[in-house]
Amino acid sequence: MISDLSPQTRRDLLTMIGRAGGGLAMYQAMTALGHAAETQFSGPPALSGARAGASVLVLGAGLAGMLAAYELTKAGYKVQVLEYQDRPGGRNYSVRGGDKIVEVGGATQNVAYQPGNYLNPGPWRIPHHHRTLLHYCKAFGVELEPFIQLNHNAMVHRKDAFGGKPQRYKELAVDFTGHVSELLGKSLNAGALDSTVSKEDKEKLIAALREWGALDGDLKFTSNLNVSSRRGYDRAPGGGVNGAPTPSKINGLSDVLSSHVWTQMSFYFNYVMQTTMFQPKGGMDMIGKGFYKQIAKLVRLNTKVTSIKQDDKGVAATWTDTVTGKTGVATADYMVCTLPATILAQLDIQVSDAKKAAIKAIPYSGQVKIGLEMKSRFWEEKYSIYGGHSFTDQAIGLISYPNYDFFKDKPAVLLGAFANGAGGYMLAGMTPEKRIEAALAQGSVFHPEEYRREFMNGASVAWSRMPWILGCCGMWTEESRATHYQNLVSMDGRIVLAGEHASYYGCWMEGALLSSLDAITRLHQRALAA
Amino acid sequence: MKKLILSMALIGASSVAEAQAPARPAAAASAGDAAFGARMLGEASGEQIFTRVCAACHMQDAKGAEGAGRYPPLAGNQKLAIGAYPAMVVVKGLNGMPPIGTMLTDQQVADVVNYVRSHFGNKFKGAVKAEDVKAMR
Repeated sequence: MISDLSPQTRRDLLTMIGRAGGGLAMYQAMTALGHAAETQFSGPPALSGARAGASVLVLGAGLAGMLAAYELTKAGYKVQVLEYQDRPGGRNYSVRGGDKIVEVGGATQNVAYQPGNYLNPGPWRIPHHHRTLLHYCKAFGVELEPFIQLNHNAMVHRKDAFGGKPQRYKELAVDFTGHVSELLGKSLNAGALDSTVSKEDKEKLIAALREWGALDGDLKFTSNLNVSSRRGYDRAPGGGVNGAPTPSKINGLSDVLSSHVWTQMSFYFNYVMQTTMFQPKGGMDMIGKGFYKQIAKLVRLNTKVTSIKQDDKGVAATWTDTVTGKTGVATADYMVCTLPATILAQLDIQVSDAKKAAIKAIPYSGQVKIGLEMKSRFWEEKYSIYGGHSFTDQAIGLISYPNYDFFKDKPAVLLGAFANGAGGYMLAGMTPEKRIEAALAQGSVFHPEEYRREFMNGASVAWSRMPWILGCCGMWTEESRATHYQNLVSMDGRIVLAGEHASYYGCWMEGALLSSLDAITRLHQRALAA
Repeated sequence: MKKLILSMALIGASSVAEAQAPARPAAAASAGDAAFGARMLGEASGEQIFTRVCAACHMQDAKGAEGAGRYPPLAGNQKLAIGAYPAMVVVKGLNGMPPIGTMLTDQQVADVVNYVRSHFGNKFKGAVKAEDVKAMR
């Protein structure tokens, strides 16, 4: 019983603070204790005590909508969810053999992947600090496995570098670091930086450059066994009489610079791109399915919302069943609207002019992903590449190697394109057949002998062509955030919006969930105060 | 506008050239980002820009498309009668449409607008000029 008075562990202490002061106090305390600065998630919301009979209408059964439905139901609300598609999950989506992909404009693909293989067209990797998502994965029994983010043995290709021949990331990264270190060392030794660097720091820096850049005794970056212990050998170390390795030859500074390898090196520095990353076993949609299991009976699928109204008594959404043509009106006391801004901007919705302007201020990106099924895992057998990404400056952007079924003798789906920006538009504008051809032609630079030979079939998802969303992710600028963000997320009468577009983690599942938690917390406070 | 294109257009295309743009901003990386990038479309005619960019949403026949929402047709669209309007939409974006003009030169914006206004059955008079576009930036 002593723990009631004096907390035994930090966890006990945090629980006490949480009870006494609520989530924000707990978060501040966690931060003070050196926890949690990495996330705004402070545990699932402790919503309870909804007024008897109070109801909430949720639009959209993506992660934001399903989380809202789940937590609001727990809090005591009567919840109904309307979903346009014939499946829950939204952008939390996996494509498998037997699936059909239908685009606006009518292009249809029948996916032919082998059982067990899949493409994650939307989200595909989960940062270790996306604690909200990880929390619900654990709570719903969604099994996670490592996502191989940084693979030093994958490749980097640029048309104008190395005669268009891809290079291993580790070789370029080591050479870049080495050359930069040598140059900085020269500058320091020449006294070029004496006015900005103290004598003591200069000595430390030189020691650092020697170690960090693998420089030799003369502070030179040269081809030797020490450098090869990072970038790889011409002849790898072995055993017995012929065990001695021979060093590999470093690339010259100009060649290394032409590869732009710093783009990849700094990419991996991004907070959201750092290892450790995860993926659900069996496909990303295992998460959506985990949520759906909790709330399936609340969801009406194939339901297109045609207008959204509110007055001082409640909210109403008119809808049309996309299969039967039946129409109806769903009503409730409050609404959580998670429809993407692309769709919402074209809908008759009764909110303030400021919110309407905010909804119209969010352009959407147009990513394209292409999954190519290959007869064998030649990238593993022949190239020693196990997961990770090979980057290119062609439209496909990269190819990425599957993170499951390593070493198996059976077909595997390789991500043959993750295109964005100009490359995304270009691939989206093609027919599905032409996209596959483009992916094969461009991806062949990495594996020229095997790529077409091993190819079996492919499927593509061009997000701008997906009928239910017409885009991939909301894009904010500093200017649009300053003008519109608060207007977008504010509670407007009885309506609150949620989704990745209503967060500072745009395009991430974590953003959708954090946005939803914030929206329903405010909705609940509002409902209790009414 | 500059910031938007820097954070969105991080992937190259076979027709994409390096821009004289500064390095990536310190803004949070989006999940949609990839680590390779070119920020401008590179050399392309009005027709090529239409095929490689506009058609992703407005379709190759410029007739638009409809799902939960719609992409308006550019063929036979009276909103294109005054060239400044489509030029402004390309430069600034509209609703869900990104400001595509940020990866085009002034001349390219004029070229693609003039191409669309004179094809797909459109016969709108007057041509948009690069300097008109410049004034919209």
